[in-house]
Amino acid sequence: MASTEALLPVTSRQDPLSESRSDQIPETRRRRPIKVHLAVYSGLLLVVLYVTLIVTHDGSTSQNGARDETETKSRARMAGVSEKTNERVWRLSGDGKTEAFPWNNTMLSWQRTAFHFQPEKNWMNDPNGPLFYKGWYHFFYQYNPNAAVWGDIVWGHAVSKDLIHWLYLPLAMVPDQWYDANGVWTGSATFLDDGSIVMLYTGSTDKFVQVQNLAYPEDPSDPLLLKWTKFSGNPVLVPPPGIGAKDFRDPTTAWKTSAGKWRITIGSKINRTGVSLVYDTTDFKTYEKRETLLHQVPNTGMWECIDFYPVSKTKVKGLDTSVKGPDVKHIVKASMDDTRIDHYAIGTYYDSNGTWFPDNPSIDVGISTGLRYDYGKFYASKTFYDQNKGRRILWGWIGESDSEAADVQKGWSSVQGIPRTVVLDTKTGKNLVQWPVEEIKSLRLSSKKFHMKVGPGTMVPVDVGSAAQLDIEAEFKIKKDDLEIIFGDDSVEGDKEFSCQNSGGSTVRGALGPFGFSVLADQSLSEHTPVYFYVTKGKDSKLKSYFCTDTSRSTMANDVVKPVYGSFVPVLKGEKLTMRILVDHSIVEGFAQGGRTCITSRVYPTKAIYGATKLFLFNNAIDATITASFKVWQMNSAFIHPYSADDL
Amino acid sequence: MKMIMKVILMVMMMMVLVSEASMIDQTCKETPDFNLCVSLLNSDPRGSSADTSGLALILIDKIKGLATKTLNEINGLYKKRPELKRALDQCSRRYKTIIKADVPEAIEAISKGVPKFGEDGVIDAGVEASVCEEGFKGKSPLTSLTKSMQKISNVTRAIVRMLL
Repeated sequence: MASTEALLPVTSRQDPLSESRSDQIPETRRRRPIKVHLAVYSGLLLVVLYVTLIVTHDGSTSQNGARDETETKSRARMAGVSEKTNERVWRLSGDGKTEAFPWNNTMLSWQRTAFHFQPEKNWMNDPNGPLFYKGWYHFFYQYNPNAAVWGDIVWGHAVSKDLIHWLYLPLAMVPDQWYDANGVWTGSATFLDDGSIVMLYTGSTDKFVQVQNLAYPEDPSDPLLLKWTKFSGNPVLVPPPGIGAKDFRDPTTAWKTSAGKWRITIGSKINRTGVSLVYDTTDFKTYEKRETLLHQVPNTGMWECIDFYPVSKTKVKGLDTSVKGPDVKHIVKASMDDTRIDHYAIGTYYDSNGTWFPDNPSIDVGISTGLRYDYGKFYASKTFYDQNKGRRILWGWIGESDSEAADVQKGWSSVQGIPRTVVLDTKTGKNLVQWPVEEIKSLRLSSKKFHMKVGPGTMVPVDVGSAAQLDIEAEFKIKKDDLEIIFGDDSVEGDKEFSCQNSGGSTVRGALGPFGFSVLADQSLSEHTPVYFYVTKGKDSKLKSYFCTDTSRSTMANDVVKPVYGSFVPVLKGEKLTMRILVDHSIVEGFAQGGRTCITSRVYPTKAIYGATKLFLFNNAIDATITASFKVWQMNSAFIHPYSADDL
Repeated sequence: MKMIMKVILMVMMMMVLVSEASMIDQTCKETPDFNLCVSLLNSDPRGSSADTSGLALILIDKIKGLATKTLNEINGLYKKRPELKRALDQCSRRYKTIIKADVPEAIEAISKGVPKFGEDGVIDAGVEASVCEEGFKGKSPLTSLTKSMQKISNVTRAIVRMLL
């Protein structure tokens, strides 16, 4: 301690190497060499420690603003981590009720879907370059030929006449060039004026840089488009200045500008702002980068898989990507890398300067309370214009919600959603409406019709025989008297702000809900997946409806993610409550009000499988009696198989 | 003069060490376990010059090492605790998944700049360890190894999320 005090005068002088000090040292040295050395060295140590403190303290004070921001961000990130922990890290309960279920092959093989697109084995992710050509719908996809996890990515390929019965074809593109040696990643197709196809896709180069490459069919007269040629001048685009080498991917389908050029957009990020870069081209080989972005939204992170397309304001049909004009709105959609959610917004496109603005900036692209195609598991989605039937069709990647050990054991991972038509909701003007393509009806086998009145707190078995492959269309009415009682009674409080995720799931009972179907249920309901409406009486005494799927009791297994998904659904005056549910083994797709709100879930029952799978109708409301009119079809398999000469 | 030179040299060395260590410090501050994060990263020679991706890759290496160590422990337990065979079989499968699927997926994803798949692999490592542990129904011989894996998985995930 004495030595410290003796040294304080030295440290308090900002510069320990000043002239006066150095003059002192030789004197003391001459007098007492060893002790002085010790003192000097320990002094130096303290100096250095003090300097360390200054340096790190300066680091925090000089960047005080920045540091606060970082700390807030890191708190947000931590919060993001813990939120995701709830959803994406398996909540393992030690309550003894849920046992560690060793998956056996019987349980795992049941999970494979019968009529959703999935490869024969291994991992799949983003849909790529969907298109219709010479009588065939083509579907390409990110594929790992070697494992049931992401990696070694190539382009898989399949064709179909009807978007439902798919035939596997050989791989379309593999990493055989320096500019895609580390991955042949997502891309989109464009039809040129002469009807020929160009494909733009992202390559991860041999140096891990993300670049855009051009490819086209080797033989345009081959309707199966088996072989693809990569442009000898690839890459056609490299990351521009100011954009990270690994933040530049997923080029869109091009659209024609009024000036007659082709225009594309590519997603990226600048710090934490998601951005949409714009490039013009005449030949898809050389490009001019526009100075302005199509759009950007702060704090949304990296924008992947951007999609940009027009929708008709007045007609229920699809539009070619190049259509513009007063009868049209434009959709900007992006996949948020940070949250794994696809968001879209409706807005206006200004072709002369290649910019777009949302109709409602408070729910801009990527805002957490903004619009989503799907409130469940649905990512990297992409639309294409189907010139065959004048529709815009949406593909979405549906990943697994189970453990990777289970994926490795069962030998596959991921499916695609059933392709959906997409149009603007002409009644609300504020959201899109999606619906499974009509062609899926060709899988419908036998059906049964039901009309049931279900009192409060009732669960009714619905006898449909086998219940793992179903198409259910249902209409619900709340008994008028009950509604009037509840509405008229001022003492019945408006429900606190409800949300599917935060209001406790399907077992929490309200005056007017939840009610709906429990799918993939076993007889004793030890496993079941409710898909339901929850109707609330809002503070303004107006009815507000929500559509949810509760997977928290879908399985006894504890190494699976089991969230409650869902959202508010607009129900207009005079409309009945309608829902459609597609059940296909480990995937459930729910559509409310004709597709205003959609929810896709992955579900992995251990007991409610094979002959034990049942269907229930339930009404868990406290006060209301529900009338349900519905039809249930058994669904055939799509028998997706490798293409052979017999298939022509 | 010699003394002054030594002083200057020492101070410079310390300042260099200090400023390099603060990248690890800054990064680890934003993870759920600062001390664990710092000790793991400092113990690796690459740590002092790594960027965020590099730090993530170091920790993924640690996950691989820990999984390998745990798998060896599991293999040894078959003879010592034959009554635990069923649980050990599950654990063996789970830890092999970490080594053969989670780790390569995470390394490839982070190296190639698509960190979300790296996050998946890292989260899964923690899940597999937890599921293995639960299989012993409270009488696990692997508890401290499980806890280490869960902790390292959480720290690594926080760092991978910085890349998103």
